Parts: sequence; structure tokens; C-alpha cells
Amino acid sequence: MREFAYQRTTQIRDALSSVARHDGARFLAGGTNLVDLMKAGVESPARLVDIRSLALGGISESPDGGLVLGATATNSAVAADPLVRRRYPALSQAILAGASGQLRNMATVGGNLLQRTRCAYFADPSEPCNKRAPGSGCSALGGAHHNHAILGWTEHCVATHPSDMAVPLTAFDAVVRYETLDGPGEVPLSEFYLPVGDRPDRETALPDRALITAVVVPAAEVAGKSRYRKVRERASYAFATVSVAAALDVQDGVVRDVRLALGGVASRPWRARLAESALRGGPVTAERISAAADLEVAAAEPLRDNGYKVTLARNLIEAVLTDLAASSGAASGGAAGNGAAGAGEESDG
Amino acid sequence: MNANGITAAVGEPRPRVEGRLKVTGSAAYVADVPMPDLAHGWMVTATVSRGRIRDIDATDALAMPGVLGVLDHRNARRLNPDAAHHFGPDRGLPMLQDDAVPYAGRPIALVVARTPEQARAAASALRVTYDAEPHDTEFSMNHPAARPASTLFGPEADTGDLEAELAVSTVVVDEVYRTPEENHSAMEPHVATAWWEDGHLYALDSNQGPFSISQVMAMLFFIDRDRVHIRAEHVGGGFGAKTICGAQIILAAMAAEHFRRPVRVALTRRQVFLAIGSRPPTEQRVRIGAGADGRLRAVHHHAAFALSPLAEYIEWCTEQARTLYAAPAIRTELSAVPLDRLPPCTMRGPGATPGSFAFESAVDEVAERLRIDPLRLRLLNQPAASPVSGRPWSTRRLITCLEEGARRFGWAQRDPRPRLRREGNLLVGTGVAAAAFVAGVFPASATIAAETDGTFSVRVGASDIGTGARTALIAVAADALGVSTERIRLHIGDSDLGPNPGAGGSRGTTSCAFAVTEAAKALREKLDDPARPVTVTVDTTPLINWRPAEERNTYSAVFAEVTVDPATGEVRVRRLLGMFAVGRVINPLLARSQLIGGMIGGLSMALHEESVRDPITGRLVTADFAGYHISAHADVPNVEADFVADYEPQDPSGFNGLGEIGNAGVAAAIANAVWHATGTRHRTLPISLGRVVETAAPRDRQEAISAV
Repeated sequence: MREFAYQRTTQIRDALSSVARHDGARFLAGGTNLVDLMKAGVESPARLVDIRSLALGGISESPDGGLVLGATATNSAVAADPLVRRRYPALSQAILAGASGQLRNMATVGGNLLQRTRCAYFADPSEPCNKRAPGSGCSALGGAHHNHAILGWTEHCVATHPSDMAVPLTAFDAVVRYETLDGPGEVPLSEFYLPVGDRPDRETALPDRALITAVVVPAAEVAGKSRYRKVRERASYAFATVSVAAALDVQDGVVRDVRLALGGVASRPWRARLAESALRGGPVTAERISAAADLEVAAAEPLRDNGYKVTLARNLIEAVLTDLAASSGAASGGAAGNGAAGAGEESDG
Repeated sequence: MNANGITAAVGEPRPRVEGRLKVTGSAAYVADVPMPDLAHGWMVTATVSRGRIRDIDATDALAMPGVLGVLDHRNARRLNPDAAHHFGPDRGLPMLQDDAVPYAGRPIALVVARTPEQARAAASALRVTYDAEPHDTEFSMNHPAARPASTLFGPEADTGDLEAELAVSTVVVDEVYRTPEENHSAMEPHVATAWWEDGHLYALDSNQGPFSISQVMAMLFFIDRDRVHIRAEHVGGGFGAKTICGAQIILAAMAAEHFRRPVRVALTRRQVFLAIGSRPPTEQRVRIGAGADGRLRAVHHHAAFALSPLAEYIEWCTEQARTLYAAPAIRTELSAVPLDRLPPCTMRGPGATPGSFAFESAVDEVAERLRIDPLRLRLLNQPAASPVSGRPWSTRRLITCLEEGARRFGWAQRDPRPRLRREGNLLVGTGVAAAAFVAGVFPASATIAAETDGTFSVRVGASDIGTGARTALIAVAADALGVSTERIRLHIGDSDLGPNPGAGGSRGTTSCAFAVTEAAKALREKLDDPARPVTVTVDTTPLINWRPAEERNTYSAVFAEVTVDPATGEVRVRRLLGMFAVGRVINPLLARSQLIGGMIGGLSMALHEESVRDPITGRLVTADFAGYHISAHADVPNVEADFVADYEPQDPSGFNGLGEIGNAGVAAAIANAVWHATGTRHRTLPISLGRVVETAAPRDRQEAISAV
């Protein structure tokens, strides 16, 4: 039997020093991904330091009107939070589009960001995989890659990042806060995931043995008018083929602000800045939305068997922005410019 | 009510007798049964698609805690190389006999330890090296190795002058349809516990027919069949994957003998995917010629499937073409393509399910090209007798299924033209398909003892793999004996209970019901003194097939409504209705449940299921439920299954099997509905979003924006 030590900590400092002291120690939160990978033989930590008893589970308002999501707040808690649902509806929708109720009750904010790709070759230790075993090769490049990346990949790795939650967080310019023994730090989510390059095993900019403590979502009026749409190979319980998080603020027919990010297309949530720039400040028309979608996917480089994702990403950008434009049009007759009157908002009753 | 004032049990909707045990977790499945001195085997499978084992270095594994030893081709006992199952000799059955690797996933070693965890850990420390050889796993019906399939199920059809009829047809459809490799995905993974005592082999094994498994095991281990005792009380689904003698019981029996103690081999989900046979991929060319009047003139169905050179197998896709419609010329062909792949295994509705997808899609294409309603086309071509053999049908209520289904579904209002109905961004369509499934019984034996306490012990080697066979047979026995069900003590799931075909070919319950009915008849003739116990045994071998001049089938008509989002390729089934003609129904509650299960399987096949093999290594990439998608609850709409009144004259009680007809027909009905919604014909399963997504943006987007 593959044995490992398990310890529970109640102080951040204890958790950090324990992981620093023991080689092969890892933080354990919900365990919904790490424990699976341990069973599959992909991960074999010598010690698990359980951080669920740390005081990091809160969801609070930041002074600027944004939100601070504690690292161990569960996915369920974030999705159900009234402030999240009102100010960042796409975030709530994204979380609820992922996994199952049971998994969301266990999974956490920090763990969600650090989950690993669901590439089947990564999950099978008998297969070459540069992400799991650096230098062994990428099996998916010439193998079964129907659901792999179309953007930002290199010949070293074509895997996608599986998170739904991270897609709207990327669109909303979230910042990851962490703690180390040398003190706290933070990194914008847009820089959190490293480019694939030739070392796909190095996935994040998080310092070695650092602990994510929170994700800060800045205030943004546009986020109140946001939506998440996930397309997957069945109606539920599957990772995204392509997903889109979008927010659109239209004033007098002109795009005042727009946010757009794609999931399922790259090694990280893909912020669609080209499309955003094309739309921002101009009139909202079908032609311009269509052109923005085309512009964003123009850089896509599909693999042998996933060209359909380019079409899908393009269509999905167009569909979600069109829906947002249509509903913001309807809303503009009433409380125009009120960030709280966004489309796709659910009553928090 | 009979003469004794007992209400008939057959025909009553009764819940499963073991239902409470199952929902409370107290029904003991194989892995739940404790066993003293039990050791655990962990199966190790090959990671190359073809080659030789160069070495298995067990040094580290043997030094690990709890490890009792490692079985591989160097120390395993010899097994009978000529052992056979129902398709004939199977060279895949003797395991650990040599260094050859015929397919990726082939069991090559068994690590045995005191606990499953120790065995698993040691198995991961085994260092296996191979001399890999070039492999060929790429299936196509035009593969140079393609050859005619086994004719064990009878010759293929060839009546009339096919080419002449095609030549005078107004329209000719000539298309190729493809279905992928699919996995059964039974909830309970394969597991067996085996032990030896005084030259007898005992095993608890999750299978679909303990008697037939005992026959194969006896052959493999060179012992008499009556020295093999196999039990399978509760089985958590099979769908065909447990009709074969699985790696789990062969390896457990070998290890139990080697280590002289009981050994359990419980497969993981991944191991089931890798080492237990799947439904093979098929490629099917269908040519149908029809006149302007809608009458079919020529039917040609050529189906090919993949198999392994280790064993014969038949994916009998051509059944629909010879059964469903009248035509002056009908030809069917079946080809097998031997490849370095996992040997296939019958999967729910073998042949008929992939075959009906191809054939009933092609029939729909005929209707499309003739601009005739597809339901009307099907009704127009109903044969009075078998179009191939000319023999009469024993019963055929397909027309009733089609007409009653159409009435309930609201077919009369349907506009046959495609891509006309929109709801917002969604396209809506409906489709229909018919299906036939060959019916019959296999020989079986049943023993009934009239006990002195007024109860009857009924012993029959049936398997209840979750279908409700146990509950059905209690009802059959009660009615045949003229007593209430409370007085029946049914014993099933044991190879010692006499010859039995097990749960397969949609014939388990009908075969066993036949034997139980005949045994009850014989018993009642001897039952003069209620105080004296009486026992009778009847084997139905000489009794069955007494009307061989008739063709016997079950039938269905399936109707589907789908929505398609052309921008994303998402297909959702909104309604599914199946009307079934399956003889007299023993238990409508359980029968309906089984048919709905089959229809959901058909939906899952239509939209989701696909085993994917790596194009370079040939290895299975989708060896878990994250990669192999079966329909989730959210994919399953309102599904209705109902029966038309029917009675099978070839059966003493009017029964027919219904285990597999629920699957057949569904994929074609859905594919036809997707065509009706989109105007695009999908000839390759699954109809996944990558195949459906359209490059052109939906037209009405413009309007949505202009309203801003």
C-alpha cells in the first residue's frame, strides 16, 4: 500500500511550515481532484496537510465593492452567495455548470484554480506525458485530442485547463492572494497560469510551497450583466468543450465595457482581449459582434481532430454576446446603467 | 382468478421481490460475500497492442508487504487451448500461457496478496518490458483482412435479382453508416471469488449464466463439468459483458489453485474497459431501391465489424434488412475484420442495435428522396410473410406498434419537410424507426419440489442481472402450480441447478419460464398426496421449437423528438416513445422498466457513447466514465414505453423475451429526428456536437440585435 501522512492544521503558519519541512508534502482542501490523482498513481504525496480547518472559508465584501473569496470557501457556498449572484452572475453560473452537487460541496476556491487537466494521457501513468513526466513526450499531440486545445498550445502539451470557475474570474480580473513563510503575495489571475512553453509541468506562477488564501474579485459594474454558457458533450457532468464567460455594458447602443473569456480552449482560461477591444466603445451591432468573434478565433490553431472547436468558440462568443446585448437593450428601458440590473441574474430571494 | 381462488400473478405489475434488499444495501453481491483465508489478486494488463513480453521483473513486488506471489506465463498452470464458448473455440480464454500480447489490455499477470490494497500496490511495482511489434487496430470495412463472418446464426439472405431491381428503381439510396466501439458499462464491475476443494472448483462470479460459465471453466481446467460449481445470486448488470467467461474468474481459479486458498479478483472500472470485451465498431453499406409508389424493390445491407483473430464473433447487423420490409430482392452480407484489438463481446441488442441504426436511417433516406412520409413508407412495405424465407410470422404486431405509437406521439400533424420548426435558436424535429429482434427459447431445466409445509421449491439456473427475472419466474411458477406467490421458494443463479442458457439473447426468462411451466405441469400430475414430498425435473430440450415453420420475432416502433442548437451542435432528446410487441407480458412494471432502460441505452448510443482508441498506439483512451460518456440524467427526457396486445403462439404461455428490443431502433429514430430538425443526415454515431455544429451563424441573430 502506498502510505502517506495526514495532518490537520488550524493555523496558516503551521500549515506553511509543515509543507516546508516535509519533502513531498501537499496541501489538501476538498480533495476532489488530488485524491483521484493519488488513486490513479499520478500524484503520490508523502504527506497531506489538511487546510480545511484554517479560517479561510469566508466570502466578504472588499472596501472597493468587490469580493474576497476565501481559499477554502466551497464551490457551493460561492455559487449560492447573494453578492456573487447579484454582482457576478457568470461566476455563480459557471460554478453551477461544473461537477455535481456532491463535488461542489467539497471543492474549494483555491483547489478549483489548482486542479489539473483532465487529459486522459495525463491521468494514465502508463502513457508518456510531459506534464506528468517531463521529457516523456505528448501523447495527445498525435493521439486522441478531440477535446484538446486550439489556442496557446505548444508541441510539448496540448491539454486544456478544466475549470469553469476560473473563466469568469479571468474575465473579471480576479487576483490570487497567497501566503508564504516569507510573507504574503498576490498575482493577477491573468498571469497566474504560465504559458505552456517547453515545461508544461510548471503550471502556475505560485511560489513553491505557497498557500492560496483568497481570490479577490474587483468591483466592476459590467460584471453585474454577465453570463456563462458552457457547451459540453452531454447535458451535465462533463468538462467544457468550449465555454464562454461574458459581460456587456451597453449605454445608448454603445459598448461601455465588455469582458470575455473562454474555457476549454487552452491551457488556461483564455481572456478574449482582441474581441473585447474590437467591441469596446463602439455601437453594438450583429456585424460587430460577429466580427469580434471572428477576430478572436483567427489566431486559433486547431489540432488534427478538433477544428470544430474553432467554429464552436466563434459561435458561442457570438451567441452569448448577442443574448447579453438583447437583454441589456430590454433593461436599458428601465434602470439603465444600474450595475445590479444585469441579465441572467437570479433572484436571491 | 383460477379454480383455487388464486389471482393470476402473470400480468400483474409486481415490484422486485429483492428490491428492499437492494435499496437497503443488504443484497450480497459477489464482492460482499465474506470468505475465510481470502487472498486478493490484482490483474495486470498489457500496455502494447501487439508484441511479446520480454520480461516481468517481480523482484520489488515480491518484497512488498502481504504479497503471496505473482502468476504469469512462466509459472501459471496450463489451460486447455481448445476451450470454447458459444461462438466456438476462443484462444483468448487460456490466459498467462505464453509471452504473446495479442491486444492492449490483455491480462498478463496476477499479483496476489493478503489485501486488495497490497496486491494493487505490488502490481504497480511490477516492471514489465515488451518487444513491441507493429500492430493494426484501424477498422474499416474495406480493410484487406476483411472476410465473410461466421454463419453460425444461419446463412445471409440472397433473394431475387438485386441489381436488376436496383436498375429499375426510381430512387436508390446508397450510403455508408458507422457506429463506434462501445462499452457495456454495467454498474457492478466484474468480480469473482474462487476456491478448490477435493478436486472441485467453486466460484462466486458476477456473470449472466453460471451454467454456461461452468461448462467453459470445466473445459479450460480439464475437469468434469459437475466438478465446477458457480454461483451468481445478485448481479449488478451485464448488458452482455457477463455472458462470457471473464478474466476475473479464470485468474481467480488459477490463483486459488496455485496458492491453495480462496482468491478474489475484483476488476476496477478501468480494467473492465481494458480487458472485458466491448461492442465492436461497425461500418455498414446500405443500398435500397424503391419505386415512385413507395414500394421497396431492392434491399442490400452489407455490414462489417471488427474482431480479434483469437475468437469468432458475430455482430449480426443484417437482421433488420431481412425482416422489416417486403422487397422482391434482398441481399445481406456480413464481414468480419480481424485486428489487434480487444475481442468483442455481445452487447445489449447485438447486431440489431447498430444494424437498425444503419438500416432504418437508410429507409428514412428513401422516404426523404421520395418525398413520402417515413411512417407511411414503413406501413406501405409490411410483408405478409418473411420476405426472405417465405415462412409465416408466428405473431407480428409491428403495424399496431407503428400506428398506435403514431397516434400517441401526434405524428399526423407532422410536416415531413426538414428544418422548418424553430423555437428561438433551436431547431426541432421528429423521427421514427421500426425494429425487430429475433425471439425464441434455449433448452433449460427446472426442478420443482412440493414440500410438506405446502411450499414449492423451484430450482432453475436462471440469472437475475437486475432485470427482475427472479420476480417474473416466481409469478410464472405460482400460476403454473395454481398457488399464490407466497408459496414459491425460488432458487436461481447456481450452475448446480441444471442446464440453463443464462440471461442472454433476450431468452433467459422465456427459456426458464418454459422449463418451470413444464415442470409444474409434470408435478401437478404426480401431486396426489399433499403430505408426501414430490420432486420433478423437466429439461425442455425435446419440447421447444414445436412450430419451426414460423419465424418468431419481437417488434417495436420508436418515436423521437429532438432539439438542435445549430450554433453549438447540442442535440437534446425531448420526447421518446416506444411501442412494443413482445408477446404476453409477465410483469408490466418490470418489463416497462427494462424497456425504458434499453431506450435510454439507445439514446446514449445515439448521442454520447464512443470508445476512442489512440490512433498511434491502439490503446483505449476512454477507459473511465470521465472519458466514456453515457447519458447523464439531464440528457434523459420523458421516456415512455408501452405494449400492444400480443401473444406468442410458439410459447406455452404466450411469452417472448424483451431484454434487448428496447435498445434497437432508438438511435435511428433520434438520427432521423436530427435530420428532420436540421436537414443534415448524420450517418456516424455518436451524433456528437462536433459533428452537428454549423459554421453559418443562425439567421435570426440579426433580428435579435436589431431589436436592441
